[in-house]
Amino acid sequence: MTSRRLLWPALVLVALLLLNLVITPSFFALRLQDGHLFGSLVDILRNGAPTLLIALGMTLVIATRGIDLSVGAVAAIAGAVACTHIADGGGAVTGMALALGVCAVLGLWNGFLVSVAGIQPIIATLVLMIAGRGIAMLLTEGQIVTVDDGLYRKVGAGFVVLPIAILISLAVLAAVALVTRRTALGMLIESVGVNPEASRLAGVRSRTIIWTVYVFVALCAGVAGLMISSNVSAADANNAGLWIELDAILAVVIGGTSLAGGRYSLTGTLLGALIIQTLTTTVYTIGVPPEVTLVFKAVVVIVVCLLQAPRLAPVPRRRTVEEVAVR
Amino acid sequence: MTALAPPRVPSRFLPVIATFVVFVLTFGAGSVRYEGFASGQVVANLFIDNAFLIVLAVGMTFVILTGGIDLSVGAVVALSTMIAAATLRAGWPAWLAVLAVLATGAALGLGMGLMVHVLRVQPFIATLAGMFLARGLCFVISVESVSIKDPAFRAIATGTVPLGEVTITYSVLIAVAVVAVAAYVLHLTRFGRTVYAVGGSETSATLMGLPAARVKVGVYVVSGFCSALAGLLFSFYMLSGYSLHAVGMELDAIAAVVVGGTLLAGGVGYVVGSVVGVLVLGTVQTIISFEGTLSSWWTKIVIGVLLLAFIALQRLMVHRQRSTPVSGS
Amino acid sequence: MTEPLVDLRGLHVEFPGVKALQAVDLRLFPGEVHALMGENGAGKSTLIKALTGVHALNAGEIHLDGAPVSFAGPAQAQAAGISTVYQEINLCPNLSVAENILLGREPRRFGAIDGRAMRARAAELLSRMGLTIDPGSALGNHPIATRQLVAIARAVAVEARVLILDEPTSSLDAGEVAELFRIVRVLRDEGVAILFVTHFLEQVFAISDRVTVLRNGKVVGEHVTSELSRIALVSEMLGRELGVLAEVERRAERRTADPAPLLRAEGLGRAGAIAPFDLELHAGEVVGLAGLLGSGRSELARLLFGADRADTGRVLLDGRPLRLRSPRAAIARGIAFSSEDRRAEGLVADLTVRDNMILAMQAARGWTRQVPRRTADELVARYLARLDIRPANPDAVVGTLSGGNQQKVLLARWLITRPRLLILDEPTRGIDVGAKAQIQRVVTDLAADGMAVLFVSAELEEVVRVCDRIVVLRDRHKVAELSGSDIGVDEVMELIASGSHRVEVSS
Repeated sequence: MTSRRLLWPALVLVALLLLNLVITPSFFALRLQDGHLFGSLVDILRNGAPTLLIALGMTLVIATRGIDLSVGAVAAIAGAVACTHIADGGGAVTGMALALGVCAVLGLWNGFLVSVAGIQPIIATLVLMIAGRGIAMLLTEGQIVTVDDGLYRKVGAGFVVLPIAILISLAVLAAVALVTRRTALGMLIESVGVNPEASRLAGVRSRTIIWTVYVFVALCAGVAGLMISSNVSAADANNAGLWIELDAILAVVIGGTSLAGGRYSLTGTLLGALIIQTLTTTVYTIGVPPEVTLVFKAVVVIVVCLLQAPRLAPVPRRRTVEEVAVR
Repeated sequence: MTALAPPRVPSRFLPVIATFVVFVLTFGAGSVRYEGFASGQVVANLFIDNAFLIVLAVGMTFVILTGGIDLSVGAVVALSTMIAAATLRAGWPAWLAVLAVLATGAALGLGMGLMVHVLRVQPFIATLAGMFLARGLCFVISVESVSIKDPAFRAIATGTVPLGEVTITYSVLIAVAVVAVAAYVLHLTRFGRTVYAVGGSETSATLMGLPAARVKVGVYVVSGFCSALAGLLFSFYMLSGYSLHAVGMELDAIAAVVVGGTLLAGGVGYVVGSVVGVLVLGTVQTIISFEGTLSSWWTKIVIGVLLLAFIALQRLMVHRQRSTPVSGS
Repeated sequence: MTEPLVDLRGLHVEFPGVKALQAVDLRLFPGEVHALMGENGAGKSTLIKALTGVHALNAGEIHLDGAPVSFAGPAQAQAAGISTVYQEINLCPNLSVAENILLGREPRRFGAIDGRAMRARAAELLSRMGLTIDPGSALGNHPIATRQLVAIARAVAVEARVLILDEPTSSLDAGEVAELFRIVRVLRDEGVAILFVTHFLEQVFAISDRVTVLRNGKVVGEHVTSELSRIALVSEMLGRELGVLAEVERRAERRTADPAPLLRAEGLGRAGAIAPFDLELHAGEVVGLAGLLGSGRSELARLLFGADRADTGRVLLDGRPLRLRSPRAAIARGIAFSSEDRRAEGLVADLTVRDNMILAMQAARGWTRQVPRRTADELVARYLARLDIRPANPDAVVGTLSGGNQQKVLLARWLITRPRLLILDEPTRGIDVGAKAQIQRVVTDLAADGMAVLFVSAELEEVVRVCDRIVVLRDRHKVAELSGSDIGVDEVMELIASGSHRVEVSS
């Protein structure tokens, strides 16, 4: 069942990659220079790292029948907190720790609204989506805060053979995969997402589960925000992580996890994030103005939705009759 | 068994009244604090500066009343300014350009509506695709800003209408007309009542024999059309078409609708509430610009707080309503 | 007797693997209230849906006014004068009462809906039914009972000749039922043919002129109500002939109950669900809850687990008061509960058999402490074998299993937590005979091993066979408690059927 769900996204990704290969024969070429790996594939992974990271957290949130629109704003806040701290003479490590601490609090806030106050997730997180950017701007006082800190720069732009951003994202992917398998988190998340009432009657503490995933996605957004800001050594409260929530949700949906909650696929999300990033790169390489990527994105969304559409909601009566006739 | 005939205001008007009170309070606060705030022209300017947002919020109200959401409106506004500017530059007469814009908006809405209803794609995702498509098409037309020089178009855009001591623009008249038509449709036609019915319970609406399917698609057409019209008003306001116009305006529209007392779950709300919601947001902005020292980001924070307050209010009301009757387990 | 207005002849409806209706005949006469009785799964709703065109017929004919008809859906049926009011009220709570009654055929003026005329017309319809409800008020502000009446008003607004009421009273109190009946009589006297689906005996005798009883998709009898005794009706519904009961093998003998109660409920109750009751459950015995659908049997079970919260009374476990705030609290104290609604409240359909079995144990441990894979595999393998679950594949998705096997998975979920009290709400409903017998055997074995079991079932024979003690419920009241080795199905049936509320019987 799972593998079938992943078939279409995988095919789309392969098709995109092959298309690139046809256009640029050297597309798959990698070269090692000064101990750093370069190449189009590395670029795709690196540019897609923040989206992938957030999409991982979003996958778990969506599996519980939720959604988090505030991740872009949270990412901006993370960058703002870290950069203002560093600009005020603080250390990079404390700055980042502080940023992640703030993100955890924001995650708690979203989790509170959803699980305790019982507000629809899409609305609950809309509050922070709107107010969050204002908070980020408040922190940076509307300026683009630039910092000059070698350690901080490494997070987004550094290399350990591969770009550090890629390593972080893949590490988080591995960690999430491990934690959801090695603990019961994955199973309980799915259980809450598939059947909340049955889960309640089985004694599942769904409030804790829901709270956990919102904090987790906020932390993912925080790390992504640090990556984005570190890459340019600056905090741009207005534009950092703008619309990244949409890309992340898109990645999850393309990866076959239903917005209705329940079974999720981290591999699918990885594929989804890669598709989105490869698409952007492809558009670039075929020489279309990069802004037009959005049109292609729209096409991909529509196509994927068509492929995954539950076969146009069969009329139950007719099917029953047919089945009876077959018998 | 006899129904209580409450002499007091029905609770469904409560959020709208609350919004109005908030509006009066914020406006009152501004008047007390700043000289010249409490003038007719400031009120008129609220309408002039937010005419497009009012139209946008009206369309959004239709969608949200059915329990859906439309993320594409900001992008459709941008696309509309772009189409208007590009067609006028190409020498189309103004009326044809306007027609093209409105048709495009309605068509996009129709596409999204069909995705939602026929393909059962969640409104969030369907209109997200619409948003990407519309924004992308802007860039296809032109990456640069295109200014509008058509004399007829400019005449309408800059023309003013004296109204007693204050002056307003044609945009305001159009916005007011849209609100009036929307209120008529929502309250006095079967389409409008079905919008409410679908938001209250889609299965019930279907079983009651109401045209639920047509309405579910229709609200996105309405929203698309309103977005296009708002786009025209926005191009009157900016006199240019630009791909990066109206970025994030869908959030303003959603916020205005929610602050205006419409339940995001659907079924409860009024266009008038959305209008007052827009005015509240506009007043907050005006105060912040009057203040001078207060920076623009406070607008976002205040809107967020207002949003939270109204969501909490709605939550309490729904809770109270649900706790009255006891249904069998 | 006049000609029947509606005449159903030899209806057959089949679903994959199920013969939902077999050769069903039903006649509705104008000016008559016709009650349709039957337990869960007897085919009542299928019959209604077949009549109103929701389900296609595999065989049979529907005659309306002597002419054969066939409907493609409820809308067509309604156009022909057959209106249905469903148990779950299909109205929009956010619209006004008048709109709920008239929307779709609202009066208009110059193309616009004429609100004043609509309210006037609604008020007229309501007053014809003797109701004074403000037509302009929002439906959601009214209690369920009023909404039900509004639904009826909508149904009769289209000159309905046939009115189908599908369990309209299940969430109403006595006064509200009386109001409903008053209106039903008004409509009956106007010549409307009314089909009244219910599972309350009292109401059948109070309102109906004629009764049809369904069991397992077949008509087992059509009677004139005044010529029918309660006991005869109950025995038809439950499928037993009085006096010719086959001796059932009792399994209770091997057990000895612990003299001190494990759990005591004192005056426990919840408004609208179950009247306050006392109950003692002992380790080592199976206590049965018998009663018709809607008698409060599930509601009682849910209170003991904390699935719903009680308004009155208290629960003592081992003599100490126990606060049942949530299922978690109950589970922590060794209470387990398997709901009657397998799909909605039991299974997590998309997950595997293993995950479903381990769920309650895992939930109790919290997400950080995963049940070790080996322990889980052992437990799952043990219960797959012990309960004979097929396919014996832990990785099968539970939604694909048959009903009986799904039920066993749920049973295993709770047995894995080693509960002291196991509450099973209709564990054998809708499953095949083999699985049923296996579950019964497991239940008696568990009690023999010292577990306390509360066993809820609609089937009296099963209750009598499996249980040491039987609590009888009727109309949301506990009416009797029977114990001893000589409890008979007849005795229980009489208690269920008898008219008065409280009979204390003990032996």
